[in-house]
Amino acid sequence: MSAAPAAAPVVRRVAAQASFETRAILRNGEQLLVTIVLPVLVLFALVRTSFVDLGTNGFSRVDLVTPGVLALAVMSTAFTSQAIATAFDRRNGVLRLMATTPLGRSGLLAGKVLGVLTVEVVQVAVICGVAVALGWRPELGALPAVVGTVLLGTAAFTALALLLAGTLRAEGVLAVANLVLVLLTVGGGVLLPAQQLAGPLAHVAVLLPSGALGEAMRGALLHGAVPPFSVVVLLAWTAALGAGAARLFRWH
Amino acid sequence: MPLSDAPARPRTASAAPDDAAPDADDAAVRVRGLVKRYDGRAVVDGLDLTAAQGAVTAVLGPNGAGKTTTIECCEGLRSPDGGTVRVLGLDPVADARRLRPRVGVMLQDGGLPTGVRALELLRHVAAMYAAPRPVDELAERLGLHGFARTTVRRLSGGQRQRVALAAAVVGRPEVVFLDEPSAGMDPQSRRAVWDLVRELRADGVAIVLTTHLMDEAADLADHVHVVDHGRVIASGSVRELTSADGAGPGSVRVEAAPGLDVTTLVEALAEPGADWTAAEPEPGVYTVTGPVSPAAVAAVTGWLAERGVLARSVTTGSRTLEDVFLDLTGRNLR
Repeated sequence: MSAAPAAAPVVRRVAAQASFETRAILRNGEQLLVTIVLPVLVLFALVRTSFVDLGTNGFSRVDLVTPGVLALAVMSTAFTSQAIATAFDRRNGVLRLMATTPLGRSGLLAGKVLGVLTVEVVQVAVICGVAVALGWRPELGALPAVVGTVLLGTAAFTALALLLAGTLRAEGVLAVANLVLVLLTVGGGVLLPAQQLAGPLAHVAVLLPSGALGEAMRGALLHGAVPPFSVVVLLAWTAALGAGAARLFRWH
Repeated sequence: MPLSDAPARPRTASAAPDDAAPDADDAAVRVRGLVKRYDGRAVVDGLDLTAAQGAVTAVLGPNGAGKTTTIECCEGLRSPDGGTVRVLGLDPVADARRLRPRVGVMLQDGGLPTGVRALELLRHVAAMYAAPRPVDELAERLGLHGFARTTVRRLSGGQRQRVALAAAVVGRPEVVFLDEPSAGMDPQSRRAVWDLVRELRADGVAIVLTTHLMDEAADLADHVHVVDHGRVIASGSVRELTSADGAGPGSVRVEAAPGLDVTTLVEALAEPGADWTAAEPEPGVYTVTGPVSPAAVAAVTGWLAERGVLARSVTTGSRTLEDVFLDLTGRNLR
């Protein structure tokens, strides 16, 4: 043998993993249903029907709903989809196998996060396309605030996904991740302003990562500013959930 | 081909002073006093194991003996609770980043993502290395092209094992850990795998494999460690292990009608100074152990003739590896 075998450069390893993760999500029917089809259906339903009184406050339905749907899309990919994928990868030994390649554990994590962000780009493109077709005309100046909000939400919900995926059985994660998505969608202040929720839920929702993400997205797109309180809530959740995942995540 | 930005690596083991040993230099894997506990229970309990470069080392043992845990400590997937593990002179946990490009791993449960196609997965793993083996050539070698575009989920057990093996060796590793590589494989697949393992050995790669298959260990391994209850209870080449106390072949195995009185068989064999034992370990199978000679075989068949019993088979020779294994680890189910 000649020189010792070497790893590919770290950028190439992580990029390969990110692309691999992205393709795995976009090719999986159930994942697509949750990440693309569900948010688009919600967008359509809330804009084109009037079952839900939005109390539009001077905004058009599509203006009010689209930010919430974008927040839902972030949740579905960074949390539900990622939690389920990671849980089954963990059960099937995929995490351990990839950790023994030059990718390593940190490269695997970086690849997963980049994969999530790539899927989110696809989601945002599809959702914004549909919303524009429905009459949405966003301020382009809001883009940096939207990107920042997506990143904050992704951090908090990916941490939650990893905490679940690294501690519960795969079947348990499948159930919990879907259930939590439904509960947060209905009562977590993500789709519609938290203050429209009934009673004490209005106060609780703004403290949840879902409510904070929804409020931040609406702030960015409706009012031209992200409420600092939502940023603090998201950062706090990211720190707490991230610390929990780092401590409790089990690779076996 | 772009080279890695990683620092140059020493080719030989650089042993720490505390665990330097005369045989340290050519050992690809050196485990000393390994202890690993799960929930306070020691699964590996003071295990020593050495694997040489350019050799196949088999780790044999019953289920739950601690084989997989030991291998996982060598792969850096688990941290030892005691003892030292060195692979290519490096610590698999502390030096993981330097070691990973040089070590190939095939996990017992495969560890393959199920939603991707077979060759897509192999190309993905290959992308982690600066100078991997050509994927198509390796796929040809292991017969992966027949199901290249089938998702891993739809592959048979043997097909998955071959993909997993390909993934373990695609980075041109110096050390390969294979945890039960032949599980679920048909005989053709096994041949292909064994051929590849021999070729790796010829290239100077150290191969460490766990197995339950005695013929796999007997055919492939240069060195065998028999593990039970978290320790190595016997070590040596297959020849050393199967020749009774190293003194050459010493048994006759007879298959005939069950229920014959073996004490009379010992009497029939008796000669001054010779220590014969005879047993009927299962009905109709007799084993006679001692200084086997042509006269001794004649005495055994004469003993059968006196009783009017026709032998179905009479075999002389060393014990099989399976005999050794069962003698060492017991015949009880666990």
